Amino acid sequence: MTLKTPSKLEKILAAGHYAVTSEVGPPRGSDPAHLEEKANILRDYVDGVNITDNQTSVTRLCSLAACIRLKLMGLEPVLQMVTRDRNRIALQSDILGAASFDIYNILCLSGDHQSFGDCAKGQNVHDLDSMQLLQTVRLMRDEGKFLGGGDIQRPPRMFAGAAANPFADPFEIRVPRLAKKVAAGAEFIQTQCIYNLDKFELWMKLVRARGLHEKVAIMAGLTPLKSVGMARYMKNRVPGMDVPDDVVKRMADTPKEKQPEEGIKICIESIQRLKEVEGVRGFHIMAIEWEEKVPEIVQQAGLYPRPEVA
Amino acid sequence: MIVADRKPIEEILETITAHQNILILGCNECVTVCEAGGKKEVGVLASALRMYFLNQGQARQIDEITLERQCDHEYLEEIRDRIDQYDAVVSLACGVGVQFMAEKYHATPIYPGVNTCFLGVTEKRGLWTERCQACGQCILALTGGICPVSRCAKRILNGPCGGSTRGKCEISKDVDCAWQLIVDRLKALDRLDDYEKLYPIKDWSSDRAGGPRKVVREDVQQ
Repeated sequence: MTLKTPSKLEKILAAGHYAVTSEVGPPRGSDPAHLEEKANILRDYVDGVNITDNQTSVTRLCSLAACIRLKLMGLEPVLQMVTRDRNRIALQSDILGAASFDIYNILCLSGDHQSFGDCAKGQNVHDLDSMQLLQTVRLMRDEGKFLGGGDIQRPPRMFAGAAANPFADPFEIRVPRLAKKVAAGAEFIQTQCIYNLDKFELWMKLVRARGLHEKVAIMAGLTPLKSVGMARYMKNRVPGMDVPDDVVKRMADTPKEKQPEEGIKICIESIQRLKEVEGVRGFHIMAIEWEEKVPEIVQQAGLYPRPEVA
Repeated sequence: MIVADRKPIEEILETITAHQNILILGCNECVTVCEAGGKKEVGVLASALRMYFLNQGQARQIDEITLERQCDHEYLEEIRDRIDQYDAVVSLACGVGVQFMAEKYHATPIYPGVNTCFLGVTEKRGLWTERCQACGQCILALTGGICPVSRCAKRILNGPCGGSTRGKCEISKDVDCAWQLIVDRLKALDRLDDYEKLYPIKDWSSDRAGGPRKVVREDVQQ
């Protein structure tokens, strides 16, 4: 596999290692201390850190600035970029801004609808969709061109990623949809949090049947549950999330003070089972405001130490 | 058709409070079908206003006229001989009619009596839903006759997004996921293979983004 970018994430995947990424949500203010603290916790345990882009449509410090902070701290940021808030001028401009700081990874998303957030009365943009943003990143990188046709001086060198949700509906187009993202230029995939492993394995089987696992590096998404309340919230309130009853029951049957521990255990067991699934190339651990648990998960799942790549 | 909804009477009262002789002007087209601004609604609004002013002990003249359309010169001309009798007009036409009235009779204040909502259909009486955003470049041939621009909350051309659950949109259980409808329809047409075609980046210059639009047909101009 020839490398297309200087991305550490790309190198680790190309070397055949399981890649491990995590994510950090920027603060609701301009103080970077907490962000840096979370990044330092993750530093030695993951290969890349996603920075969310105004997730759930709640206004936060921008993903690009947070990525630059991480980069300056010596970490490998993954710039999440949603098409909700920016038109094609702003998207391309931010890609160049990120590239000027040698940010080498991007995750192209459409973003939650603004009605979930703190600006429900605002407009959304969606000039492009997530697949068209992928195409844009690849055009800028591979052809050195803007969408408008002009040449880019020093084109961005970004490893292009996308999300996939094996659990959203309609299920029958979940694999064709992945094929579309691959055709649009996705090189790595981070999936929605997996709690329904049977359904994920079925999806992966269909992915393999089309050979897509050889064309794109699929990283399995995981979010440790903190409590039965969180399990129920994820099951009932988060769109496109599939938390099976037996997972909720397992959390409910655990005494309240032991539930966080049980949630971590479920997460580690899931990683161990997913390691056996052909085509799973890494893990994306989204420990929402629980970053301090990521080192423990990575260690106990046998993913530590992280490989060194040149 | 253009679907509109009635404005709260309090809002209308606020706009006309300083005027003495008021014309309530209906339209016999779309707003009649969606029961917001036809002859019937003109009568209802005029009666309510008369009642209000009577209760306030204020004498006002409230007249009712409903034109065939308010988006064509010839029908708007029908009131030219009477317009000077009024200090204000409340038009129950869509925003198009209100503006065409204002352009034609620029010395008379024209106020909107409805909120213009969208281009849509009558699903059943009392339920109108959106179908088109007049983007100026129709892609329905590619999407099985279902429009993601008007019916997807993110107007995603390569959908559905990850928020599609049991056929519904992430914004509400009452909203169908447009892309579920498209997939169902492609399947019914035995065209599911078309789903994997990537829809290219759209030219939005024919949409609102390009500024005020016009259609020029020299072949039919006189």
